[in-house]
Amino acid sequence: MSGPLLAVDGLVKHFPMDRRRKVQAVNDVSFEIGGGEALALVGESGSGKTTTGRCILRLIQPTAGAIRFDGMDLLAMEPRSFRALRPRIQMVFQEPYDSLSPRMRIGAIVEEPLKLAGSAGPAERLDRVAEILDLVRLGSGTMNRYPHQFSAGQQQRIGIARALATRPDLVVLDEPTSALDVSVRAEVLDLLSDLRADLGVSYLFISHDLTAVRRVCDRVAIMYLGKIVETGETEAIFERPLHPYSRALLSSVLYPDPEVDLPRFTLEGEIPSPINLPRGCHLHGRCPWAESRCEDRYPEVERHDAGRAVSCHRAREMAGA
Amino acid sequence: MSEAVQVPSPASGGIAAAAPIPRAGGLHTFARFVGQRPAFLTGLAIVGITVFLAAVGPYIGPYPTETALPGDTLQPPSWRHPFGTDVSNMDIFSRVIAAPRIDLTIALVSTFIAFVFGVLLGVISGFFGGERGLARYASEGIMRAADIVQAFPVFIFALALVGFRGPGAINVIAALAFLNIPFFLRITRGAVLQVRERPFIEAARCAGNSEWRIAFFHVLPNALTPPVANISPTIGFSILLTSGLSFVGAGVPVPTPEWGSMIAIGAPNMMTGQWWTALFPGIALGISILGYALVGDGLKEFLDPTKRV
Repeated sequence: MSGPLLAVDGLVKHFPMDRRRKVQAVNDVSFEIGGGEALALVGESGSGKTTTGRCILRLIQPTAGAIRFDGMDLLAMEPRSFRALRPRIQMVFQEPYDSLSPRMRIGAIVEEPLKLAGSAGPAERLDRVAEILDLVRLGSGTMNRYPHQFSAGQQQRIGIARALATRPDLVVLDEPTSALDVSVRAEVLDLLSDLRADLGVSYLFISHDLTAVRRVCDRVAIMYLGKIVETGETEAIFERPLHPYSRALLSSVLYPDPEVDLPRFTLEGEIPSPINLPRGCHLHGRCPWAESRCEDRYPEVERHDAGRAVSCHRAREMAGA
Repeated sequence: MSEAVQVPSPASGGIAAAAPIPRAGGLHTFARFVGQRPAFLTGLAIVGITVFLAAVGPYIGPYPTETALPGDTLQPPSWRHPFGTDVSNMDIFSRVIAAPRIDLTIALVSTFIAFVFGVLLGVISGFFGGERGLARYASEGIMRAADIVQAFPVFIFALALVGFRGPGAINVIAALAFLNIPFFLRITRGAVLQVRERPFIEAARCAGNSEWRIAFFHVLPNALTPPVANISPTIGFSILLTSGLSFVGAGVPVPTPEWGSMIAIGAPNMMTGQWWTALFPGIALGISILGYALVGDGLKEFLDPTKRV
């Protein structure tokens, strides 16, 4: 495949509230995902990460920007031809139970995308459903049961099975583990890692859970108020975050060893409202590094080596700090 | 919530087939459910009796139901006439048990028609409401039409409809069906508006369903509980309305055994002390309506698969 599997370019999504005001959920977001790659989209609630994911699935219509999948312009497509592409782009939802139709049996839920793709006959589909249920470690014997007969972790695996049934190239995972208990979370994350290794599928992993991201993803894009502030390879970002927001986010993660004394990096105040975005850099009101230029204009994207990119006026000079 | 046991698939595949899978112990579950709810059981018994009488009631009574007996005008209840006789020398007991034939048929047919049209229109107006373009106008149009129908007092409207076309069972059915469509439409629409916001609808979209398929294969099955649970009370209410129309002479023509017209015939005699003439058809009517209401309540609970266990 030449070029990236998914290329999001200048994505904007504003939700109008009334005549004058709008929620500026996503403001000029660009990123790429290669074949078989896992990219994490990280940020706190209201950062626009879920909105970005929903735009890619065309569950909502973006205000501006372009989304190219395998070279095709997704936003220019007629609904009918986009539906033909659905088997290749799938989604796993945040709510394990509520994303499964309560009146459908597991077998029917997992089979539906295959059925609508129309490429396989009933017997072939049944084999595939059994295979995929084994793959997510539920067992094909669960086919005749209803979603409410399962635990949350199992329900999420049903959702994963449904997403993988059509052998997609890309799966958008929208906070797939945030509704799960810690012990179950680890199981599901391991499963997702293994599945990617086995199937060569790409992930867009939307999460606020940094430990989850570290476990599953190759690269990370950190979002703040509808913009990506820093991207890079997972280990590079975890070891040496360059953007002040990334630093704060990473320093808020509890380290499992209490003996290790980590430097704390905290931001003041609360995340501003996406209805009235701050002028200049969105973070300037909360950032300990803020200068006058931060208030005036939004920083350019600064590209470093190994695919690292940062949007901060002072990232380079503060890199050693 | 029970932890699902992983069942190792037997040699046969364990998956049965792609064909519809039989519900595991559906009848048994239902029997246990009913056993724990005496009110539901009572309701089912009453409904069962009315259905039975609708089938064979006209043939099992001791006397003919539409012809006068020689002598014996306005006899009080006795061993010969358990509910007495009316002013036309007809045996009231025979007529009371024959009446479900016409009352229940009218109620069932009209409710069925109202349910089908109400649910279809409810799904369309609920699922496509708030969208742009044609679908939105269709949705709004449906709702405003329902408003107009419901703006009139039910009984007066039914009376006007029947008056326009003349009395007779078919016209009563048409009037009742027409009147009940907005009722089913509204409760279906209410349920649809909730269901369409749930994440599994977006999941269905991702699976590749068209909007129409989502509306009828994903939203509809999950929005059916309220309208289905209201079928039974609506049947009860339709029996009452049929009787009401017959009582004022706009329903089923007179010699046909029908509770409402029997009450009407008997009412003047009640004033003069022959209390049995209107009392027994009245009791039958009241008990039937209660039975259908109780069944409605029970079904509402039973139809929720998550509460059945």
